[in-house]
Amino acid sequence: MLEKKDIERIADLASIKLSDSEAEKFAGQLDGILQYVDKIKEVDTEDLKPTLYPVSLENIFREDEVRPSLDREKVLTNAPEEKDGQFRVPRIMGE
Amino acid sequence: MSRKYETIIGLEVHVQLATESKIFCNCSTDFGAEPNKHTCPVCLGLPGTLPVLNKKVVDYAIMAGLALNCNINSYSKFDRKNYFYPDLPKAYQISQSDYPICENGYIEIDTEEGTKKIGITRIHMEEDAGKLVHEGSIDQATASLVDYNRTGIPLIEIVSAPDIRTPSEARAYLTQLKQILQYIGVSDCNMEEGSLRCDANVSIRPVGQKEFGTKTELKNMNSFRAVERALEYEVERQRKILEEGGEIIQETRTWDESLNKTISMRTKEEAADYRYFPDPNLPPLNVDRDWVERIKSSLPELPREKRERFVREYALPEYDAGVLTDSRELADYFEACVKEYSDAKAVSNWIMGDFLRLLKEENLEIAEVKMTPAHLSGMLKLMDEGVISSKIAKTVFEEMFKTGKAPEQIVEEKGLKQISDAGQLEEIVLKVIEANPSVVEDIKSGKDKAIGFLVGQVMKETRGKANPGMVNQIIREKIESL
Ligand SMILES: [Zn+2]
Repeated sequence: MLEKKDIERIADLASIKLSDSEAEKFAGQLDGILQYVDKIKEVDTEDLKPTLYPVSLENIFREDEVRPSLDREKVLTNAPEEKDGQFRVPRIMGE
Repeated sequence: MSRKYETIIGLEVHVQLATESKIFCNCSTDFGAEPNKHTCPVCLGLPGTLPVLNKKVVDYAIMAGLALNCNINSYSKFDRKNYFYPDLPKAYQISQSDYPICENGYIEIDTEEGTKKIGITRIHMEEDAGKLVHEGSIDQATASLVDYNRTGIPLIEIVSAPDIRTPSEARAYLTQLKQILQYIGVSDCNMEEGSLRCDANVSIRPVGQKEFGTKTELKNMNSFRAVERALEYEVERQRKILEEGGEIIQETRTWDESLNKTISMRTKEEAADYRYFPDPNLPPLNVDRDWVERIKSSLPELPREKRERFVREYALPEYDAGVLTDSRELADYFEACVKEYSDAKAVSNWIMGDFLRLLKEENLEIAEVKMTPAHLSGMLKLMDEGVISSKIAKTVFEEMFKTGKAPEQIVEEKGLKQISDAGQLEEIVLKVIEANPSVVEDIKSGKDKAIGFLVGQVMKETRGKANPGMVNQIIREKIESL
């Protein structure tokens, strides 16, 4: 059973703020999802290799060639604010 | 370090690979471009874009792995390392977690107790993050400016085993690592431009204790010297805490070059949960034997092999061989000279002496030197043939180095040819003898050393061009017959 502190930790990792009622609501919903996963875990997978990729490709490469980058003007249209060709963002403490 | 404690150091080195384009897109990796001029939807992490791996990155990672005695894993894959920070536009870094491309290698370093092997636990490929500058002063800044040119620059991270026991071993490891990577050409390892960065894990434990002590991680060291000094400081700091009965806190500390100490970064260590999972956009790698063999056969001779060969093949002292093989370019220059002039020790002396001195004075790379190996060997031949004296050779050498002219041409233009004409030398010797009667008396009364003074006078008269052997002989003959 997921507890409120688990939800708070997940919210923290995702950098989102949850109200108490939201935390409670999501705890229930996430719990439901985890129950599905527990159900799947009942299947015997002893001799199966884990499926990490939806398609069975390998070694997909490109050559080491330089092609033109995007125009900086276009790049910076995504910036919340711009200064001297750079993205200006709120300062974040620590790592 | 007192004998009561043993130091345990492990190093994590990030090296920028010398590709033209980024790891997952075709943006340029050139250093020093204007901010955000080398970005595209892929490296900006825009939704719906597909990263495609640069094959050269894999080639270079395999090369590094082989040169560092690693196993190359046939299966390896890319994972997403999740964290939020403005220098990382996707909010995850593509890296390799549980299946890195190379594992279980080692580097040999020279220590006072002889050769020591430092293990390499793993090498993995990953993308670099962007560059973040805080606006204004660090403690008062409210905003940061981000340049994403670095985002997606290909890196390998080389993780050492905790085999390093002293700060000076750490420095030796880094020096050797850098030399190898430069030799094989996978990186320029320029610390100023950030193409080689090093973090260190350090702990101490009472001698005899099996378990490791609590470690701290050191960051922000901008030179090998800084790494060594930061480690020295940190080991001492930890020792004091333990001796006073305190406890080491596991944390990240930053090296402050101006204060000469490490400072706690006070980060929430427990928050470091990267939730790695395989990147579904990047199919796994299958590196087969042929691929590894192909790269192996393209590897150049490595520094230690070359050094040993120089000792063996050219009968050079260990010291000479070490200096000459410091870089591949210098070693190649030396070998090109020796091809045309077989006295390897003579060539070595000139290269280790005047060549390296002038290189440093003029602040040049070897590729920029105008003097060719043929010029140097040509000059040595002129000395052997008695055309120039060893004293004059120094002048010729400097001139060759600065102008790139052939030694014969310099000798001709500057009139530096050695005077070996007996008649001409006799005339000058007589003049010198006449001008220095007291010295002549000294020699006659047995002070043989005084002859050097007269030789010097003749050299002065001829501006160094007289054949010193002949001058010596003529002076003796003349004084005897007086
Ligand atoms: Zn790009």
